[in-house]
Order: sequence, then structure tokens, then C-alpha cells
Amino acid sequence: MGERRMTGEAGMTGRIGVTGGCRGVGRSEPRPDGVSKVEGLFSYVGDLSVPGMLHARTLRSPHPRARIRRLDTAAAAALPGVAAVVTAADVPGLATYGLIVSDQPVFAAAETRYAGEPVAAVAAVDAATARRALAAIEVEYEPLPPLVDPERALEPGAELVHPDGNVFRKITLRHGDPAVEGSVVVEDSYVVGMQDQAFLAPEAALVVPAADGGVDLWVATQWLHSDREQIAACLGLPEALVRLELAGIGGAFGGREDVTLQIHGALLALATGSPVRIAYDRVESFLGHPHRHPARMWFRHTATPAGDLVSVQARVVMDGGAYASSSPAVLANAVTHAAGPYRVPHARLDGLVVRTNNPPCGAMRGFGVPQVAFGHEAQMDRLADRLGMDPVALRVRNALVPGDVLPTGQVLGPPLPAREAIEAVAARPLPPRLTDDTPRTARPGGRAAGAPISRIRRGVGYALGYKNLLFSEGMDDSSTARIRLALDDAGQPFATVHSACSEVGQGFVTIAGQIARTELGVERIELLPADTRVGSAGSTSASRQTWMSGGAVRGACVAVVDRLLARVARALGLPAEVVESPRRALVIDEGEIIGAETGTRLALTEALAAGPVEAEYTFHHRRTTALDEHGQGDPHVAFAAAAHRAVVDVDPDLGLVRVVALALAQDCGTVINPLSLRGQVEGGTAQGLGLAVMEELVTVGGVVTNPTLHDYLLPTAADVPALDFVALTYPHPDSPYGAKGVGETPTCTATAAIVAAIRDAVGRDLRRVPVRPVDLVDLADRDDWDDRDEPVDAAPAASADRPDAADRPDVVDRPDVVDRPDVVDRPDVVDRPEVVLREGHR
Amino acid sequence: MSTGGVGPDGAGAGAAGMRAGVGVGVGVDADAVSAGVLSLSYRLNIDGVRRAVADARIEESLLTVLRERLGVTAVKDACEQGRCGSCSVLLDDRLVLACTVLAADAVDARVVTVAGLGAGGPAADIQAAFLEHGAVQCGFCTPGMVVAVTDLLGRRPSADEDEIRDALAGNVCRCTGYGRIIAAVRDVQASRAQAATTTGTVRWANGA
Repeated sequence: MGERRMTGEAGMTGRIGVTGGCRGVGRSEPRPDGVSKVEGLFSYVGDLSVPGMLHARTLRSPHPRARIRRLDTAAAAALPGVAAVVTAADVPGLATYGLIVSDQPVFAAAETRYAGEPVAAVAAVDAATARRALAAIEVEYEPLPPLVDPERALEPGAELVHPDGNVFRKITLRHGDPAVEGSVVVEDSYVVGMQDQAFLAPEAALVVPAADGGVDLWVATQWLHSDREQIAACLGLPEALVRLELAGIGGAFGGREDVTLQIHGALLALATGSPVRIAYDRVESFLGHPHRHPARMWFRHTATPAGDLVSVQARVVMDGGAYASSSPAVLANAVTHAAGPYRVPHARLDGLVVRTNNPPCGAMRGFGVPQVAFGHEAQMDRLADRLGMDPVALRVRNALVPGDVLPTGQVLGPPLPAREAIEAVAARPLPPRLTDDTPRTARPGGRAAGAPISRIRRGVGYALGYKNLLFSEGMDDSSTARIRLALDDAGQPFATVHSACSEVGQGFVTIAGQIARTELGVERIELLPADTRVGSAGSTSASRQTWMSGGAVRGACVAVVDRLLARVARALGLPAEVVESPRRALVIDEGEIIGAETGTRLALTEALAAGPVEAEYTFHHRRTTALDEHGQGDPHVAFAAAAHRAVVDVDPDLGLVRVVALALAQDCGTVINPLSLRGQVEGGTAQGLGLAVMEELVTVGGVVTNPTLHDYLLPTAADVPALDFVALTYPHPDSPYGAKGVGETPTCTATAAIVAAIRDAVGRDLRRVPVRPVDLVDLADRDDWDDRDEPVDAAPAASADRPDAADRPDVVDRPDVVDRPDVVDRPDVVDRPEVVLREGHR
Repeated sequence: MSTGGVGPDGAGAGAAGMRAGVGVGVGVDADAVSAGVLSLSYRLNIDGVRRAVADARIEESLLTVLRERLGVTAVKDACEQGRCGSCSVLLDDRLVLACTVLAADAVDARVVTVAGLGAGGPAADIQAAFLEHGAVQCGFCTPGMVVAVTDLLGRRPSADEDEIRDALAGNVCRCTGYGRIIAAVRDVQASRAQAATTTGTVRWANGA
């Protein structure tokens, strides 16, 4: 995309010079973009501008379901300052797009299927004019009754929300002997509300029409190449004419995996021949991207009186909203993780993800797993209670160990320190009790509430979970990187790293530099902007980029070193077999090439004098398989485990919760950057806290009622306690350096642990999240309370699937409380031998 | 790419109009008034630099004028609802949200953004600590957060952790879970206290 610079020198998007010493993998290197970020000079996508650019805004349907009878843009287009108005009629290529299934219209044409669905977009000289033009677009809607209850959408004869049908995917997993059950049974239903990623920088893009008939886009996306494929198809352009460069991203968390405004902006840029900045405000951001799936779940766990799980039965119904997004993959995650990280000989796990007239749902941190973790961990606590067992002991007893068979039939490979994780958090010191000296700011409700200490109840809760890493079900989500090693103008060696990996804040830019420095022994590393001039890096999701794009950067570096050493071997007249595999005779270290036996030293600068060395490498993870008709297969590449312990104080009179302390032990593999790791697990924990006690996008009749930061509550510094973190660092044999992705796993367990602690404090069932004040207080007329809530019962309707309650065996032989195993002197970081895989590891 | 160079958004933007000077640096566009649109021209003091604003609509917030008219993108726009703190600036040494202040009301005030606090200024050590402690991920909250921390430590240099968390509760960070931000603030406090012990002064108290 040429040498275009955005908004001044410090604000170059993506072009991040990495400087500093040869510190490399394993160190807490600072972010290369950190200085520009703390100084306010880093350019985010919404900060970009070019002279003469137009400003674009989007018209959205206010109705969850309506027929569009008439759409007249003439008045809007005639307004002074309006450059173009586009609708479905102006889409030259494919009318729909989508991550997995192309079912989402670029603009609604005949029918709108959710409140907030784009109907038209306008480009004008400024944003205010564009907004006035939106108001001038005449749309005649015929509102239709929306289908907003996912169970109703499944009923025979239910009206179809979309010609493709009302079920995005159904999974019926059968493992072991479905008839076998243990004598101790717990069964209940659970509900998870709709969470939003609520990344801080709202959606925006800058689109510039090109002389060759194509477009150049600066976008904030998690997956450049998937965006390009979808945009090009809708524009009717070859992909080569659609060029994307990553602009600065202010958070993503799954919410930027889908295309939102990119195609609209491109249509307007092509229609006007002018650069277009298209942007959402906060309300639009809440309406514009898919959310975390709400779920209704029913679980039936059975165990032996000694506390060994015998069977898990589950039915998970997820509301996918109007369009598919990543729903099919989210459901697979939910179903295959529904039993949790436990040894379960017999499983019947059913999942459905359903189309409704609610807002579309897709990827959010954890991707289907936080929902089921909330359910299976509530069940484990109930089972422990029924058995009279300590909840930690029950988890320790049943925790998966490598070699165990998962409900999919997949054999668990090493390592998965699930047992170690729950033991580690249980061993952490507990926070002190409240006293009369505890400041109000440290009590439930903060400064304003001020409950007397005597009324506040404390509770402690645990959760253990695991999460798959990388894409599953046979996907080959490879990542490509290109490395060039050359001399700079001053004659010093420097390397450029080119990867299309989206930096969303997670720190790939940091570790890419660390890896290159480690592998090349060169101090100066320059990261080229992430763009579509290099092969796909795949999505920044599924905890995959450290492994996949880290692996690609590493592989390309290794290839560069091999080529350089071969050149040196050739120049030195070494035998052909040394030229073939020069690492036997030569090593590269700290800017020098050293003869392994001879000790001869050659400066890298001399070796590079003959010209730069380049290599491209594509990293693939091991092959997995699709699920068969019984949900069996080898679907997941790898897993990471985590356990949280939460301590809460609850004011039961006002229904206020304060999360007092959180401990986390997480399976991280080899740590590439300890500081980045800590930031990831703290941030992931905070998002789990949000789902536990405050975050919910509320819909009434399909319409989101709280799309603002006034009404959608995000955790603040006053809500999130310090995290007591234990890193379990067992290297994974298949990943670069043994690292594992770390961003999602803590989000999967934090919610469950916090709600467990609230249950412990107040003695209520609490079968839905987020837990609201009304769920914690005694309302005399609770039955009359106008509850917008969905019914909590999610049990299967067919009696064949649901054992009659009367048949439920009584608990027999209730054992005495099993003592929690002692965990002594566990260090903060459980160290395992560091993997040293420097040479040619693939 | 077919288009030419790029630059800060909106620099020098705004159509020329007849302006009748009213008050200190505030002009009212007579044509706009007769058209029912009240438009003002004025100057703002941004990070110590007088910046001319031409023909701004009277209802424009300080945030809109900073970002869209003056190209001051160091002030971030995340909600425009006064709920996230991303647009925190100092207005005559008072912490405010630029999205909730009318730009025309800031005419006689000193507006200080994160860009006016670093490089030897009262936030330089805060910025360094943010980097050192990993308090920055996506960084979108960071400019506002640095301004808020500057304000807090200016007013309450030895605030305890509860007070710090309470004071920063108006600045939402979606990435970090706040742990590294708190660590950075604590470190700044310790360093400043150490420096004060050594030199007998508190260097940056009250934004000095």
C-alpha cells in the first residue's frame, strides 16, 4: 500500500520500530508501541484522516423484524453536502457476507431481522450532515411479530426467521453408555445473559478508492484476510484489488472478528470516488457487532457415593440471533467443553444454536466455554454439597490428567495441569475479614452504600475449567510470516518482520520482536504494518496468535538463519553436506557466525554484505478432525486449564456484591513475556467478573434497551480486586518454545468462581448470570415482579431425554467430608525445565 | 494509493464567514444566527498553545472540537456519554471529561491533555511507570487514565489503594483488569516519596 503515512510521524499505523537489547523470549520486554500509546500519539483507526475525506454514518432498523415496504433515499441524497447514499440495491457483488456462512445481508433488502440491522449508509462532508441525511431517508416498515425466544424458534411449525431455517447447528454428543448413571444425582438449569465485548474504541475504518478500480482500507479487525475475502465478494472485485492494512485497534475480545462497517465504507468510497471515514458511536457499537451468546442450559450430573463422576448429561441452547456469525463453532466449543475438565465415562451432551430476531451473537473471549463453565461448576458445587464433600476435593478427585479420554473420544495429550490449578488456588492465603475500620470504599456498594459490617456476609467459591486453543474441528488455520535480514544504512544488521497478525492490545508486536531477536541474534527489529501483502495470519482469536503467528515468525527466522549459514558455508568452501545443513558446522550468536568446531568468527555484517536474506514460513498446527454424528472425533488441537478462587462480600439487604479477592492458577505453557502474561490473565479475569455481577445487554422483544455505558456496566478499578496469580508453566511439546495462549482461559472460570462465592455468602441457588441485586434480596412480591427474564428451566422436553424425577435415586452412603489434600509450600510459579528448542525446531 | 498526503483531521477546517467579535475571543457568525444555527469562532488554550476555532456550532463539545476541528487525537472518544473517562483532560487544573464540556465554555481556561503533561512534565514519571509495569495493552484508555492519575497524585500524593481505585473508577479500561495500572500508580507514589525525602520537596504536587 505504498509509503502512506497517517496523521503525522508518531502516528504511523503498525510501523513499530522495536529497539532495545537482545533480551528475547522469556523476558518482560516492554511494548514497542508503548511510548506512543502513553503519550497519546498512537493512531487508532478512528484517529485516521486524509484531506477531503467524507464522513459516513449508518441507518439501522429500529424493528427486530419488519418488512421494508418502501425505501426512498432521494431526499437524503439531495441534501447539500451529501455525497452518496447506498442501500442493498447498490451492492454490486454478493448480497451477503459472514465468517462461516454467508447469510448476513450487507444491507437489509426486503426484510429486517434484528433491531439495529443496517438499511443504508450515507457519506457526507461532515458527520453532522451525514446524520441529518440519515434522518431524511424515508423507510416504510411493516413491523412483524419478532421471534425472540430460542425455544419457540425450535417448535415444529415455527415461522422461519430466515430461508436457511431457525437452527444454525445441532450437536448430539454420545459417549460411553448413556444408560449408566451414578447413584448421586444433581440436576438443574442455568441461564447466561448476553455479554458485550465493549472494547473501548468504537468501530471505524478509512477507505480510499484507488486508481486501479480497487480500494485500500485501514481497518480495525481481528482477521485481515477474512475481511478481505468477504469485502471483495460483496464489492464484486478480485481480492487483489482490495487491500487492507491494520489500523490501531482499541480492544477487540472477539467483537472485531466479524465484518461490520467495512463493506459499507468501501461501497461509499467507490460510489463517491473520495476517501471515506466510516465510524460508529458507542450506541452503534453495541448494536453493530455480534455479542456473546446468551445460553439456557440444563445439566444432570451423576456420581458414585465416593465422589467419582459417572455421567454428565447436558442440553445447551444458545441464542445466535438473526445471523450465523461464528455460531456453529461457538456451539461446538460449548458442547465439547460442557462436562468441564473432568473424567466423565458417560456423557450425553446436546447443543443447539438457534436463529431468532435477537441481535446476532458470535465470538467473545472464551467462545462458548464461559457459558458452560458457569453451568458445570455450579453442578460440581451442588454435587459436592450432596456428597458432603469439599468442593475442591471433588474437583481434584475428578480432574482430567493426560491420557484421559474426553467426551468427544479425544485422548487428552500432555500437559494439562487441571488438578494442580485447583490445588494451587486453594492453597493461597485468604484475605482478612472486614472490620469496623474497613473503609466504605472497600465494602459492598462502595462509598454510597455503607452497610454495617454485621450485615455483610462473606463467601468463598471455586471454579476449574479448561479451554481449547487454536481453531478446531479440522480447520487448518495456518499463519504465514516473512522475515528479511539485511544491513541498514549504517551498515548494521536489522530484521524486518512481516505478519498479518492483528495486534488488538494483546502484545503480539512485543513477542514477535522477542522471538525474532532470540532466533536471529539481531538487536534491531522492525515490524512492518500488518496488511494483506503477506499471507494470512489467521484470526487473533482462540488464544492462537502466540502459538500460530509466533510459530510463523520463528519458522521464518529459522529459515533465514539456515539460508545465511548456507551462504557462509558456500563462501568458506565448506563441503556440500555442510552447505545442505549448515547448522552442524555453524552457529549464529550475538551478531556473529561462529564455526562450531573451528571457533572461527565471522561478523554478521560481513555475512550480510553480499545482500539481504529473506524467508517466508507458514506454520500449521497438528491436524484435528470434524465431529461425527455422535459428536466423536479428535476436534481440538490443545487445551489450557485454569482455576479461580473468589472471595466476595455481599450486602444482602441491598443486593450488593463486592468481589474482595481473586486467586488464579493457570496453565500457561512456557512464558514468553511474564508482564504481558499477567496483563492478559488480569484482563481476562475482569471480563469474567463483569459477566458474573454486572454486564448484560438486555433485550425486550428483541430490542436492546441498554446500549450505552450508562446502562451497560463495565467493571472499574473499584470493582476488580488485585489478582493473586500462580502461573503453571508446563511447556507444550507442539508449540513454539512450549508456549500456550493465555487470554481466554481465565475468562472461562472467573464468572463461575465469583457466583459460587456469592452462593456461599447468601445461600441462594443463583442459576443465572449476571447476578443482579434483585436476585439477592427478598422481595415480598417477587412473583409480581415484572421480570423481563427468560424462563430458567432449560431441561429437555422429551421424557426420553429427561429421567423422571421419581426415578432419581436417593443419595446413599453419604461419606464424611473428604479432607482437602494438603498443598504445602507451593511456589508462586511452578517451574518446569525450560524447553530449549533453538535450532530448527518446527 | 491514488491520493496525496495526509494530515491531522480538520486542521484549518471550517468555512469562512462574517464574524462579529463578542467577548473575549468569541465571535458569532451573523449569517448562521439568522439561519438558526448558532456558530462561534474563538480561541482555545490547548497545552499552552492558542488554537483558533472557526465557525464551530455552539453545541460542540470540547471533545469534538479537540478531535475533529483541531486534530488533537491524543484525547480519545469512546462513549461521548461521560461514562468512560477516555477523554479526560484538565481544565484549569480540574479533571473533566471533554465530552461533557462545551468547547465554547473552555475559552478562558487552560486545557491540558496528556500531550501537555509528558516530556519533563508532571506525568512523565507516570507514563514511564505505565510502560514499565505493563499498564498499557490496547492503550485506548491510557491517555485519559494518565491525566486522571496526574490529577489524583497532584491532589492526594499518598492516597492508599482503596482511594486510588475509587478515584480511577471513572476511567474504564477493558484490557488490563487494572492490576498493572494500580501497580504503576503505587510505584510512582513510592518514587515520588523517595525523591521528596531526598530533596525535601514533592516535585509534582498540585501539578507544579
